[in-house]
Amino acid sequence: MNRIAHSPHAHAPISISKVMVTVMVALIPATLFGFWLYGWPSINLWAVSLIASIGGEALVVSWQGRTVRPVLMDGSGILTAWLLALSLPPFAPWWIAVLGSLFAVVICKQVFGGLGQNVFNPAMAARVMLLISFPLEMTTWISPVPLGSAHAPSLMESLRITFQSHPIDGMASASLLGHVKTEFTRGIGLDQSLVGYYAPWHSLAGDRAGSLGETAAVLLLLGGLYLIARRIITWHAPVAMLLGVAIPALLFNLINSNHYAGPLYHLLSGGVMLGAFFIVTDPVTSPNTTAGQLIFGFGCGLLTWIIRTWGGYPEGVAFAVMLMNAATPIIDYYVKPRIYGRDRKGVALPVGKES
Amino acid sequence: MKLFKLRGGVHPESRKELAADRAIRVLPMPEYLYVPLLQHVGAPAQPNVNVGDKVLKGQLIGASQGVISAPVHAPTSGHIVAVGDYPAAHPSGLTAPTITIKADGEDRWLDTEAVSDPFVLSPDQISARVAAAGIVGLGGATFPSAVKLNLSRKNNVHTLIINGGECEPYITCDDRLMRERAAEIVEGVRLIRYAVGAEVVMVGIEDNKPAALAAMTLAAKNTEVKVIAVPAMYPMGWDKQMIKALTGREVPADGRTADIGVLVHNVATAFAVRDAVRFGRPLVSRLVTVSGGSVIEPANLEVPIGTLVENLFQFCGGFRNKPARMVLGGPMMGIQLASAAVPIVKGSSGVLALTDSEIGNVQPSPCIRCSSCVRACPVGLLPLDMAAHIRAGDSSAAVTLGLKDCVACGCCSFVCPSHIPLVHYFNFAKGELMEQERVKLKQESTKKLAEMRNERIARIERERVEAAAKRKAAREARERAAKEAAAKVVTETA
Repeated sequence: MNRIAHSPHAHAPISISKVMVTVMVALIPATLFGFWLYGWPSINLWAVSLIASIGGEALVVSWQGRTVRPVLMDGSGILTAWLLALSLPPFAPWWIAVLGSLFAVVICKQVFGGLGQNVFNPAMAARVMLLISFPLEMTTWISPVPLGSAHAPSLMESLRITFQSHPIDGMASASLLGHVKTEFTRGIGLDQSLVGYYAPWHSLAGDRAGSLGETAAVLLLLGGLYLIARRIITWHAPVAMLLGVAIPALLFNLINSNHYAGPLYHLLSGGVMLGAFFIVTDPVTSPNTTAGQLIFGFGCGLLTWIIRTWGGYPEGVAFAVMLMNAATPIIDYYVKPRIYGRDRKGVALPVGKES
Repeated sequence: MKLFKLRGGVHPESRKELAADRAIRVLPMPEYLYVPLLQHVGAPAQPNVNVGDKVLKGQLIGASQGVISAPVHAPTSGHIVAVGDYPAAHPSGLTAPTITIKADGEDRWLDTEAVSDPFVLSPDQISARVAAAGIVGLGGATFPSAVKLNLSRKNNVHTLIINGGECEPYITCDDRLMRERAAEIVEGVRLIRYAVGAEVVMVGIEDNKPAALAAMTLAAKNTEVKVIAVPAMYPMGWDKQMIKALTGREVPADGRTADIGVLVHNVATAFAVRDAVRFGRPLVSRLVTVSGGSVIEPANLEVPIGTLVENLFQFCGGFRNKPARMVLGGPMMGIQLASAAVPIVKGSSGVLALTDSEIGNVQPSPCIRCSSCVRACPVGLLPLDMAAHIRAGDSSAAVTLGLKDCVACGCCSFVCPSHIPLVHYFNFAKGELMEQERVKLKQESTKKLAEMRNERIARIERERVEAAAKRKAAREARERAAKEAAAKVVTETA
């Protein structure tokens, strides 16, 4: 009672853990779909990621002499590991998940000073680290093997796949983006390479080879809309990112449709949907202002398209996000809201001027 | 009428239903009243009574002094029992100069000078009556109203805006006033308009008060006063926000509302102006909302200035449970009360006794840069960056980001998912800046004094040397003369 408290003496019913839990709820449909599509190995991978993140964070926080419980309870470490797991090849071995999770929460977050202090999105930085260090494991995709289907690995088989790197026979497949890139190097254009490989409807439904949780475009979109409706994120960065991908794709597709794929192809493949609604909306590593978020999102989309089209890697979301993360402080420096009674430069409006 | 778009703002749970339907009741006169001499922005009033003096209701007990000041009057008849310090409404429980009156129970008014038609008075006379009545901005800003009237006339104000926003949660005293005394308010509004010569008069009322809107619209019928519904949003009652919503114009950052030809007064102020001008009655009571989850029977009370807050709570049946926090004013900008034994002043719109769940008291966690605060800020500031700089001990960087434009409305703290007390940071930094300013002024005046001293010492030294030289010259002249005289004597003798 006698502790001095400052106004306001009321608070919106919101907290960090509520924010994190809401994002996790939004991820559930796409995650469950991924589990179904790729079966037990994907569930193992997801679980290993989360456990490694929780254990790793608990360990480093206790080394720092801080109380572990509140750090773990805010849910940010779990969310990071969850997002990372969704961006991994579903049959990847356990140590990929462990390394990635530890790198994300320890190196990318706690080393920078913990929650809110990291410059780069931990999940994307970890994915980039894994992709550069372990290109084979990170590009071994498999065709969908839904739970209950003939080729689906059983629980015991899945444990061998995840923990003993059991070879995956007859299920390996290229991702759409990877396939197109490989065909290009052989001089084969889109009009041939896409035949039998790409149907927009399949991509929309998520029935394709890809990372654990990034294939179900519709479910990710639903999750994103839920977050917008709950006012956890705003539409600005996601829409800007989708436009950043779609606009150059459309322009170049009109110029040469055999060499440049159309907007739908780009929007529905790879990690664009996951990135647009769950990665570029990461509050910590994105700009503060609405205008800044539009620039940031558009930059992420544009860089993704550039890397996909002209870069060495078939997919570019993670690289694009990291590059724009690095640009966030400078965007925040230049893009600021206008203050009441002042112009955009911060100079007071003229006194005594009648309009 | 078209309203203009506003930036930021929040929608806190209004909680006005606790007291909104409770008609105004008059609080029985307490035995003792504690009337602080500073209840307004500006210089404190100068007491002109002594212990033992008998006073009548409405009698001047503290005279206005200085350009920006306001007098205080006896809220009831009785005699003065103390002129000295008494705890004021401040989180720390600090004391302030206060006059204590023991009521005699007669509540006898001083003979006041009423006028049958206040519109025959000249604008100067109206202004003088408002000044003499000690009226200050009753919305909470407590700026002396007469000063505003004079300033507005000088600046040729063309638009008068009457603020019936009452955007603070829980508070319903303006709502009740508008419902029950609309005609009196409208007369007060017309008097203010007449006094400043404004052409347009608008009363802005939040659309969550339909009964007040209806009553005011009816009362304003066939007058030049236009009643306008504005969307319910905090901080709609911030005068600059109300101006923006109704006129689309912004008050320049370093200016006053008069710079864009606008004068803003609160509805309760307009009511007080009518009382002062028509009946010559000074401001000795006000409406106060008593509310909050801990209060058994929330109410809107007409309270004599100087009544202790605890008397209000007692009148409302006391507490249903021990309040987690008592607040003077609304929950968004009100101040915490360390004790309920402090007096109600002219700017007190409400007293709240809040439960734990109402104040949402949670330990702060790290900032995740979600920028909810940036979206909520009605001013267009970057609360998260300002707080980060202040935390790092760099208040001047926060000033660069616009700290001085912050109005401490509390929107940022309210929405922060990390429960960071952002406004507390800002007020701390503002205090620090004020301290720095004071230190600078002190250093400058010390330096000036030191320079003057050095100059004085040098002058004294110079004068001493000159005087010595003069004395020496005189002595030498004397000696020379003596020598010459001696030589003359010698010559003569020889």
